[in-house]
Amino acid sequence: MSLLKLANVSYDFPGAPGVLDGITADAAGPQLIAVTGPNGAGKSTLLDLIAGLKTPATGECLVEGHDARRMRRDKFCQMVAHVPQQVPANIPYTVEEVVLTGRIPYGRGLYENDEDHEAMERAMARMRLEPFRTRLFHSLSGGERQRVLLAAALCQQARVLLLDEPSAHLDPANQAQLWELLRELRDLGHLVLVVTHHLALAAQNTDRVWLLHRGRLVADAPPAQAFHPDRLEAVFNVAFHRHVTEEGRVFLTYGL
Amino acid sequence: MVFVVSLLVAVGVAVACPFVGGSGMDYGKLWAKEAPDWGIFVNLRVPRMLLALLTGAALSGAGALFQALLRDALATPSSLGVSAAAALGAVAVIAFYPGETMWFPLVWLAALAGAGGVIVLVAAMSRSDRRFSAFTLLLTGIAVNGICTAVVLLLHSLAGITKSFQITHWLMGGIDSIEYSVLGLLALAIIPICIWMLRLARVLNVVSYGETWAEGRGVDCRQVTWRGFVAGTVLVGTTTAVTGPIAFVGLIVPHLLRRVVGPDYRLLLPASIFGGGAFLVVCDTISRSVLAPVEIPVGVTTALLGGPFFVWLLWSR
Repeated sequence: MSLLKLANVSYDFPGAPGVLDGITADAAGPQLIAVTGPNGAGKSTLLDLIAGLKTPATGECLVEGHDARRMRRDKFCQMVAHVPQQVPANIPYTVEEVVLTGRIPYGRGLYENDEDHEAMERAMARMRLEPFRTRLFHSLSGGERQRVLLAAALCQQARVLLLDEPSAHLDPANQAQLWELLRELRDLGHLVLVVTHHLALAAQNTDRVWLLHRGRLVADAPPAQAFHPDRLEAVFNVAFHRHVTEEGRVFLTYGL
Repeated sequence: MVFVVSLLVAVGVAVACPFVGGSGMDYGKLWAKEAPDWGIFVNLRVPRMLLALLTGAALSGAGALFQALLRDALATPSSLGVSAAAALGAVAVIAFYPGETMWFPLVWLAALAGAGGVIVLVAAMSRSDRRFSAFTLLLTGIAVNGICTAVVLLLHSLAGITKSFQITHWLMGGIDSIEYSVLGLLALAIIPICIWMLRLARVLNVVSYGETWAEGRGVDCRQVTWRGFVAGTVLVGTTTAVTGPIAFVGLIVPHLLRRVVGPDYRLLLPASIFGGGAFLVVCDTISRSVLAPVEIPVGVTTALLGGPFFVWLLWSR
């Protein structure tokens, strides 16, 4: 059974039909997949549909064979952790408390148990958040907040991770560490879908690329194939240059 | 700790306040259970204290609940139109009741029916294909509030002098002595809902992050919002039916306590429930004592006492 299967998925916003149009894709096992495309291509909407936050107009999204519409929300979120592009900046809780929200799918008791705290500590350590544990979320920088949200997703211990532009506020060092972490998670058995505009980093770090353009999936292939300069130029309206090393690493540059 | 302290404050206030009042009380007669003091204490002051305790707890708890569900610091028990709808039910009955002497259970039932009407309206809305969210709930509440208030004013202006006075008196809100059987029914409606709200506190913490984050953490926001709305409506509807609208409690008490115990609803909700009860008991005691034998409407006391303190607290931050 595939970890994730998308079958003819379409989505319309009121007054904007065809936001997503007939997306069919499959991720059989653990992989690191970049979901990319120009602004408005439908990347975040696709993640929302997989996460069950939106309902497809047609088709279905199956996670480990399950449709979010036919499952209890908490059970579904034990399989899928979604980190949105933004959360309200004025959340008045500490870093520890935000990370512990990842344990909500595992119990509705009033307080977290030892297992929850162990999962939180592991996630905090992985994201190097121990020095911030008692800091209030709203006092952190954009990049630090992003790491806290990722830690909460890790604390959720879901097999499928949906990350919407997780490197948007990160400096180069933190971006490099993030991609290393994502590769580690892939190696640990997670399916990681990352919405990103950093094509160069996606080219070097991901197993596959889902390239979206005007609501359609125009490429579903390894980076070396998906990032063909002609295709990228047609999608992004800017000239791309690609260099593939003998080891198969892909380097992209672009400019008008 | 917060739970125990707030419970002790509520119990302390509830025990002490019935002994305080405008008319002096002979404690010897009270101890010996002799008339009239014993009768005043048991049949007037204690049920009045219990009504204030239940009403304050319900309004303050509902205020904290709505502030979490709507993610709006200014949400109050009246934000969703429940108080206005209950008022419309009550005012309609008062205006159209044929006799001069009002049969009050009918007013209570009409107020409850008004509050129930809001639930039916929102239930119909949630069944439609449109997204049912805290935002649409809040906008609907604003519309319901406006419509009900307009009809109340219309009925008020069309009613005769006697009816108009009765309507004004009801709209001022107040804590009166009521029978223990009515108190029992109120407690049956309020206490289980308060317990249910406390069990929901951890989820409410996540809901306050926004729907997207909460849904991603396994919370069915639509279901939580709908159930919370019904629970809050029952709390506000039942108490408003008996006391009339009492403003400020649901706004002031949760905000004051948020400054003391923090934003965690696992602490804030019990503190608001017990604190709201204690606050309204104290306000009612002041209302019936300071200008005795004249009584100040308790809504006036809550606003005059809580309002300036609230402003001072905000400015002193």
